[in-house]
Amino acid sequence: MATTERLLTGLDALETAAPRRASLATRVWARLWPVLLAVAIVLAIWQLVVWSGWRPEYAFAGPAAVFTDLFGRLQDPAFYQAIAVTLRRAVTGFALATAIGLVIGAAVSRVRPLRAAFGSLITGLQTMPSIAWFPLAILLFKLSESTILFVVVLGAAPSIANGLITGVDYTPPILLRAGKVLGLRGWRLYWHLILPASLPSFLAGLKQGWAFAWRSLMAGEIVIIIANQTSLGEQLHYARELADSPGLIATMIVILIIGIAVDALFNTADNALRRRWGLDQRPV
Amino acid sequence: MTMRAQEAPAGRTAEPAVRLDAVSKTYGYGQDGLLALDHVSLEVGTGEFVCLLGASGCGKSTMLSLIAGLDRATGGSIHLGGRRVAMMFQEPALFPWLTVQRNVELALNGRPRAERRALAAELLKTVHLGGFGAKRPHELSGGMRQRVALARALAQDCDVLLMDEPFGALDAMTRDLLHDELERIWRDRGLTVLFVTHNVREAVRLGDRVVLLSSRPGRVVEIFDVLLDRPRRTDSPEVASLAATVTDRLREEVSRHGDH
Repeated sequence: MATTERLLTGLDALETAAPRRASLATRVWARLWPVLLAVAIVLAIWQLVVWSGWRPEYAFAGPAAVFTDLFGRLQDPAFYQAIAVTLRRAVTGFALATAIGLVIGAAVSRVRPLRAAFGSLITGLQTMPSIAWFPLAILLFKLSESTILFVVVLGAAPSIANGLITGVDYTPPILLRAGKVLGLRGWRLYWHLILPASLPSFLAGLKQGWAFAWRSLMAGEIVIIIANQTSLGEQLHYARELADSPGLIATMIVILIIGIAVDALFNTADNALRRRWGLDQRPV
Repeated sequence: MTMRAQEAPAGRTAEPAVRLDAVSKTYGYGQDGLLALDHVSLEVGTGEFVCLLGASGCGKSTMLSLIAGLDRATGGSIHLGGRRVAMMFQEPALFPWLTVQRNVELALNGRPRAERRALAAELLKTVHLGGFGAKRPHELSGGMRQRVALARALAQDCDVLLMDEPFGALDAMTRDLLHDELERIWRDRGLTVLFVTHNVREAVRLGDRVVLLSSRPGRVVEIFDVLLDRPRRTDSPEVASLAATVTDRLREEVSRHGDH
């Protein structure tokens, strides 16, 4: 059978020849230039609108004024304090939402009556605009940190729970059959098969949950101003009160950049997962 | 049922490893119920290689699912005498989040870690994939993945190996090689194999017996003894000649369905 073995190893070598990945610099540049182009186009349009005199400069500042303001903020400790407060709220709320979403998702995906009762309710909650929770939240918790946290959690948890539920539902049937043949039952079936199989969908749920959390948080920080507690939302609020157009747009840019950065983190995790599992269909 | 007596090759006994007694399987209920298997009786001797052959709808995959305990028979009984059963599918069904090595280790559960590792590495060597333990399934070709699946099935330390068209999706050359490999492993380990296929030549190439099933409902039509010397070649005249006989019988069976 030596010939069989030689033939097999020959075929194996032919079939596993991996293409070389492009160099890091090439890959970074391939990702970077469309982004730079998009930024340049947006800046150009923005400047053109300002020059057209559509609105006075004190209401709609141009790029130069905004970036000067932004640069000034970067030297200001209060700015970092605001970011720190906002991020702390975001992380706390998101972590809490993840924990709650996991528990609810696991329970609903496993227990049939719970699924029937709450499955569609969870999807319904996802469509509920977070701002609509604030009146109730203010009645419950007054104007406090808890109010903001409450709404952030309610905004994010349904998406996270739904991601897990979908993942469990879509565990490939062939893997379930294989798992049963391998003797996986009960919690071992869960641990070795169902949970890992639902990871991509769970990750998508986390990403969506983050987006909802971040939106809810911004709404909360503008609605609920806590004394002596600066935050990005609060800075936005006061910039409007003081008709500080450059400050307002600069703060918005910071909010946008943080949102994009966190989203990029999720995408990196997602891409790494796809590459490891061979789900990535894009050319390398 | 043909009993295998003197003509049984050495090392094989007539004692059945798997016995199906009038096994029936109906999907659904009442009038709408679909009868997939109708009183199928079959004995597979210990160490025997039996191929189940039939057109689609003959319930051959259902038979394996019932034997593997993935599904329940509606009638009759299946006797395994406490033998351990492993199963392979047309898809490798490997877990994409585990390396090749860990996929095999998963089947070795209950043993100490070091032992699991050593055993899995050895099984990978058995299927000539010794150097690929650290890879992930998607980095391997279809034939290689099926060999990992085979290693995983062997890791279950099974007596009976159920194979549901395991090489159906592979190219001809790879399939031929895997036939050789499977034959070697079957012989070395004294396995009992039930191999489902719709490829007549494959059945004749591999089987000690080829069991021809009718379709809708599945019944045993005829059992062919394959008394050709091993190792056989799929393209040998002897295999081709017997395959032609089996194909004729299969065609006859399929054309009956055009009559209603």
